[in-house]
Amino acid sequence: MFNNFFHKMASPRYFYNISGQLIPWLAAACMALFLAGLYYGLVKAPPDYQQGDSYRIMFIHVPAAWMSMFIYVVMAVAGAIGLIWHIKLAEVMAISSASIGASFTFLALVTGSIWGKPMWGTWWVWDARLTSELILLFLYLGVIALYNAIDDKRTAARAVAILALVGVVNIPIIHYSVEWWNTLHQGPTVTKLDKPSIHLSMLIPLLLMAFAFKLYYAFVVLMRARCEVLERERHTGWVRELAETK
Amino acid sequence: MSLNEFFHMGGYAFYVWTSYGLALIVLLLNVIGPLRQRKKLLNDIARTNRRARRNTP
Repeated sequence: MFNNFFHKMASPRYFYNISGQLIPWLAAACMALFLAGLYYGLVKAPPDYQQGDSYRIMFIHVPAAWMSMFIYVVMAVAGAIGLIWHIKLAEVMAISSASIGASFTFLALVTGSIWGKPMWGTWWVWDARLTSELILLFLYLGVIALYNAIDDKRTAARAVAILALVGVVNIPIIHYSVEWWNTLHQGPTVTKLDKPSIHLSMLIPLLLMAFAFKLYYAFVVLMRARCEVLERERHTGWVRELAETK
Repeated sequence: MSLNEFFHMGGYAFYVWTSYGLALIVLLLNVIGPLRQRKKLLNDIARTNRRARRNTP
């Protein structure tokens, strides 16, 4: 039964139809979480005793930074699955993740910079956390450029998967950079093993925004993957039929 | 809290609203991109179909 399920899921046509039904629901749930997160983050949460209202940038910055790493791992794992088992859909998911991951990395860097100016007095420092996150952005851009540089999509997907896998080494470096090196960037407050040193009134909007970003990734990656499937399957009967009816 | 205070953000209005505005733009662009791409692709494929039909009597 499981075999059958995976076989069906891996069929591009089945994926296209199922994901088309899923996207509106994911998008609606994402919107609801965003609205709740914005309300609790911008209206309900009190100003920080040290940083005033500037800390509210955190509700964008931290989820974006989490997503930048999460999506990279998803991309590398999907790439590996495509590489090992030659599952087309895994290749599609890997490459569809790249531009979204790059967007979140960009957001994390820029909002961090905007937050750094009033708090640290500088837009940018070459500290370990910031530098390793910048390298992550370059890795994403490298993946996108490499994929577009190779005409044959299956060869391109293999090349991209290898690059993505090599780049995974950067993920623990980003995560532990604030502990291994003396950084201007603060240490973790939420993912500590002992009690998180963040008040509930600030933790709730942070988690709401984090889940909203997760759902956002889920439905946007499906949207992208559907386009990629159409492109790759454009000469098959079902896609040609679909184009007629639209 | 008044609306004015809300937009003032304790003096950090520029930093806070630039961050949120930028996030909104990036998130929107990522949704609009695939929507437009899908439309273009389907039109493209439909055009190829028509051309193929014309060439086969």
